[in-house]
Amino acid sequence: MLELYGIELRSHLLLGTSRYPSPVALTEAVRASRAEVVTVSLRRESSGERAGQGFWSIIRGLQEVRVLPNTAACHSVKEAVTTAHMAREVFGTSWVKLEVIGEDDTLQPDVFGLVEAARVLVADGFQVFPYTTEDLVVADRLLAAGCKVLMPWGAPIGSGRGLNNLFGLKALRAHFPDVPLIVDAGLGVPSHAAQAMELGFDAVLINTAVAEAADPPRMAQAFAQAVEAGRAGRLAGPMEPRDMAVPSTPVIGKAFLG
Amino acid sequence: MRILVNGVWRDTGACDVGSVLQEMGLNEAPVATALNGEFVPVAARPGARLAEGDRLEVLAPMQGG
Repeated sequence: MLELYGIELRSHLLLGTSRYPSPVALTEAVRASRAEVVTVSLRRESSGERAGQGFWSIIRGLQEVRVLPNTAACHSVKEAVTTAHMAREVFGTSWVKLEVIGEDDTLQPDVFGLVEAARVLVADGFQVFPYTTEDLVVADRLLAAGCKVLMPWGAPIGSGRGLNNLFGLKALRAHFPDVPLIVDAGLGVPSHAAQAMELGFDAVLINTAVAEAADPPRMAQAFAQAVEAGRAGRLAGPMEPRDMAVPSTPVIGKAFLG
Repeated sequence: MRILVNGVWRDTGACDVGSVLQEMGLNEAPVATALNGEFVPVAARPGARLAEGDRLEVLAPMQGG
């Protein structure tokens, strides 16, 4: 089980809801992924189109799925904090995936603003899921600010490049063995998710890799299987890699035929 | 009076946030509001007075990653 702020979840895969080719593809992908948490956002609503209401009815129609609102595209502490408050009212949850973006080419988190915004939101009663880097000191500050979950990036958002800094992610896992760690962003194929789980991460959050696949529901299912396989592999205790070969077939009893 | 609603100028006869939403037909919609960058909760909308040139943001659920 995965426990996030006291909520127990069977699935270790969280799914984003953006960039799908159609609402049908989105709902089928969520079902196929068996995700129990989907990320959502807030954007300007026009009185004519009312796209937001249509989207919200789709999400509410998903069975046994809770939402994790984000503060995507916020570049300042104030923007992120205000957006979080607006999201809490609309979505009726204190969960917030906190994003404070610091750089537009990589969408790298502004970790200074992130820590400050986390401190403000925790004091306001939010349960914060900070989108961060693998930096240990930043992680420590976020935990001190009251975050109970961390979401380190694998690679820049939407890049599909996998786990860019294996050493850093391993160090993060080793330093905070009891903190739920969710690899968020940058995973491109199911093997990336399996690798994150094999490293001992508690969950992964996927969006673009599923939404922009040729067949989103099928890719969602593939990620779900990869997450389960990676987690099972971790729990089974992987062997230590060696530099030299070791015969897997016993040598004792081998016939002398030379 | 003219105010900016979601970045577009709008002539309105409303004098508070609640009335503007009613004018737009969004008073019952799942939306959240911010006036000049400050969050305005549902309960505070009728008391949130508008002034010429104010910036109102009306946000609704949307796809997100």
